[in-house]
Amino acid sequence: MLKQVEGSRAVAEAVAMCRPQVICAYPITPQTHIVEALSAMVKDETLNAEFLNVESEFAAMSVAIGASAAGARAYTATASQGLLYMSEAVWNAAGLGLPIVMTVANRAIGAPINIWNDHSDAMSQRDAGWLQLYAETNQEALDLHVQAFRIAEELSVPVMVCMDGFLLTHASERVDVPAQTQVDAFLPRYEPRQVLDPAEPVSIGAMVGPEAFTEVRYLAYQRMRQALDVIGATAAGFAGQFGRPSGGLVRPYRTGDAEIVVAALGSVLGTVKDTVDELRADGHKIGVLGINTYRPFPADAVREALGGARHVVVLERALAPGSGGIVTADIRAALDPQARRISTVIAGLGGRAVTRKSLRGLLAQAGELPPLTFLDLDTGLVDRELARMRAARRSGPSPENMLRDLGITASRIG
Amino acid sequence: MPYQRIKFYQTGSLAVGNRLLAEDQRSVQSTAGRSNALTCGHRACQGCGEALGARYALDAVHRATQGQMIAVNATGCLEVFSTPFPETSWQIAWLHSLFGNAPAVASGVAAALKAMGRTDIRVVGQGGDGGTVDIGMACLSGMFERNDDVLYICYDNQAYMNTGVQRSGATPPAARTATTQAVGREPGNRFGQGKNVPLIAMAHEIGYVATATVADLRDLEYKATRAMDFHGARYLHILVPCPLGWGSAPADTIKVARLATESGLFPVFEAETGAVTSSTPIRHRVPVTDYLRIQARYAHLFRPRERTEVIARIQAAADRNIARFGLMPADISAERTGLPAPVPVTSPAGLGLEGR
Amino acid sequence: MFQVRFHGRGGQGVVTAAELLASAAFSEGRHAQAFPSFGSERMGAPVMSFCRIDDQPIRTHEPVTEPDALIIQDPTLLHQAELFAGLGRDGYMLVNSARGFGELGLGEFVRDFRRDRLLVVPASSLALTHLGRPLPGAALLGGFAALTWAVSLDSVLAAINDKFSGPVADGNAEAARAAFGFVRDEREALVREALSDA
Repeated sequence: MLKQVEGSRAVAEAVAMCRPQVICAYPITPQTHIVEALSAMVKDETLNAEFLNVESEFAAMSVAIGASAAGARAYTATASQGLLYMSEAVWNAAGLGLPIVMTVANRAIGAPINIWNDHSDAMSQRDAGWLQLYAETNQEALDLHVQAFRIAEELSVPVMVCMDGFLLTHASERVDVPAQTQVDAFLPRYEPRQVLDPAEPVSIGAMVGPEAFTEVRYLAYQRMRQALDVIGATAAGFAGQFGRPSGGLVRPYRTGDAEIVVAALGSVLGTVKDTVDELRADGHKIGVLGINTYRPFPADAVREALGGARHVVVLERALAPGSGGIVTADIRAALDPQARRISTVIAGLGGRAVTRKSLRGLLAQAGELPPLTFLDLDTGLVDRELARMRAARRSGPSPENMLRDLGITASRIG
Repeated sequence: MPYQRIKFYQTGSLAVGNRLLAEDQRSVQSTAGRSNALTCGHRACQGCGEALGARYALDAVHRATQGQMIAVNATGCLEVFSTPFPETSWQIAWLHSLFGNAPAVASGVAAALKAMGRTDIRVVGQGGDGGTVDIGMACLSGMFERNDDVLYICYDNQAYMNTGVQRSGATPPAARTATTQAVGREPGNRFGQGKNVPLIAMAHEIGYVATATVADLRDLEYKATRAMDFHGARYLHILVPCPLGWGSAPADTIKVARLATESGLFPVFEAETGAVTSSTPIRHRVPVTDYLRIQARYAHLFRPRERTEVIARIQAAADRNIARFGLMPADISAERTGLPAPVPVTSPAGLGLEGR
Repeated sequence: MFQVRFHGRGGQGVVTAAELLASAAFSEGRHAQAFPSFGSERMGAPVMSFCRIDDQPIRTHEPVTEPDALIIQDPTLLHQAELFAGLGRDGYMLVNSARGFGELGLGEFVRDFRRDRLLVVPASSLALTHLGRPLPGAALLGGFAALTWAVSLDSVLAAINDKFSGPVADGNAEAARAAFGFVRDEREALVREALSDA
């Protein structure tokens, strides 16, 4: 049924239809509307589940671990600082092989504290052993949750569904919300591979030393490779059953004869596609590659989708301060370094808008891109702070100095 | 081993391992049919109080629940020595997640069982003092606050033993640990405020809180069993001496635990909904020095010189416990024990000792 | 694509107004996107929200920098120059005020635009009258419908009745109708004036 709703609401409705049995959550902007909606559904008994208001994100993931190990379908959601706070448990869940599904409403990590969108939170957990699926639209965010439970349970691996905080969670868009019967037909009951059962007791979570740790980790690696196939098959099955493409590994757009391809994750892809359409109209041979699955990294699919493009521009909403681009590294590893030029563009950090205008300006001169550039960087602001730091040892906290420099920001639009 | 009932024709004696008692009065451990939830072959040290306490407690819970139980364990000695890869000594369904989250994971298991309509299966969360008092405190408090249906058991050996005897929030004043060494002006652990988790549990007004030690098997079994009569959050705090960390003889574990209770340093009591309902009286009171002397972690209080002022402070703490929890029947006079009479102290509100 | 930018202060229902507009467009079978400017929520602070309406799916997620229409819910914001950023010469603007542009100090400013597309409507007082509270959003949408015909009044009313119920829905709907009439009349007067000048 078509609805005009906030992204968070769409996700809550999708999750509810997946019949989770235990939902546990700790509030953090911008995930709050998702868990509020789910708690209301549990409270008024529209959704038959246990809802635990936990005392921290660490507790949230821990409750999910206990619930999943006991054989229940478990769900939680978080962002940014919360994801970091539960980080130990995030890795634990993957190591234990528990098919928990978690929404990450992507938000920047502080300091400085910032409630707006970027991908640094999910990126910080990219090696935790979870699958990471990125939604381009609210429709896809909704759809990916339905797929996520099925993928997670088939593989016994936890899955993170990433959706841009505010840009998707707080945006009202038109979505097609499936019927309960459709979801039930697509998502079978949870049949655990391992479960705490007094009738057949097992010990889960033993220490493993040098004699077997490598093999345990190798199995995890193998499961990730298997996930590439499972994700593809699930997306295909979803398309067949629900009648629309959603998820999968990558989504190319006008890459057929492209000389330049812009690769990106998440909602920025929409803006990029609009920009690319304008550039195409001006004769540029440019295309877009949406990376829908980031972990496991679909190296083969990426390489294939890039086709003969000589130049890949990776638009990143996160930064590895010690090295530069994060997704760039994965893309570089997938490609033949001789054949392609790769440029990293860091954009949209901490919620700065990525505009068609700026993208157009950048991509129209793609040939002049250095290996790493920051979109819309205010060099004057940076230089003035550097000057302050050179002038005195006790120059004060840099972020505060720079904010003061900017003056009133409340009325900024872009 | 199959359960066998043994008939003895001698009566009126407790001599033969209490098998002469009526069945319902026998300890769980005395029955051949006990579950051995934690069975032999684990790698605990000789004389480990925690291995003993865990077996006592969990076998009692196993009987009380007819085996319908799941245990969630924090990282620590118990988890490590019970599951040396590729073996496990657990004969019950058992989950280990992390160090600081056992109460939350247990809450999750309980929620799942409820969601699946299996509230016949009961949940025990357990961990050492480190995982409970320090790093697990937030999760523990959350579990209490939500009144999740979990019995949480803390095996308190008063330091982070598994990682090499470092000080925890449960380490008593003056005790030597690897991070509160017996050197300097104030050797051993500093005198702080302590963190009385049974009282914290009582402050949450949960249904049942109790303390116990491995010195009194029947009392411990009774409390573990009683706890399973309740639903909702429950807390059991068990003192489990660690010969290695405490520097006591492995054969002295039960003796050390008994001295802890008889000196008044470890009060043994039960509480419901925030008020003490019973306390175990001290039968033969001893000065704290009897307890301190047999543990090398307190050796610096006696050699090279006796630190009388520190010992006096420890004694005062024991005296306060005795008064506060009513551990001495009123008619025991100072002459008999050779100790000053306990100073009456106004009981803090909520201990429920008014009128005792 | 038709792009609208709303300006107001936290607590005035700026976000709700954008969502109602999206809902109205949705009820006409069109694609719509509404989102706030994502500041820390704080009563009284300047906030913006955006709404895009199109017959094709809307892909972009950038803020509206070139609005086709501006809706100003709080005239105390009018002193900020950035308020009008991106509004083209053929753009629409609806200001919640009982005073005219001259009185608001925008007499010069409006001369650069099409006179019949920049209007005021006393939405707060209409809301106070019909709803009992000075929440101008619904009224402004009624006025917006009359000004731009980007959505119909019926769609606006449908959106109001979908979101609210009982006396709140009725009050908002009445205010929207009243504002619609007010703006329609104001516009007709301006058009006649322009024709008579020509």
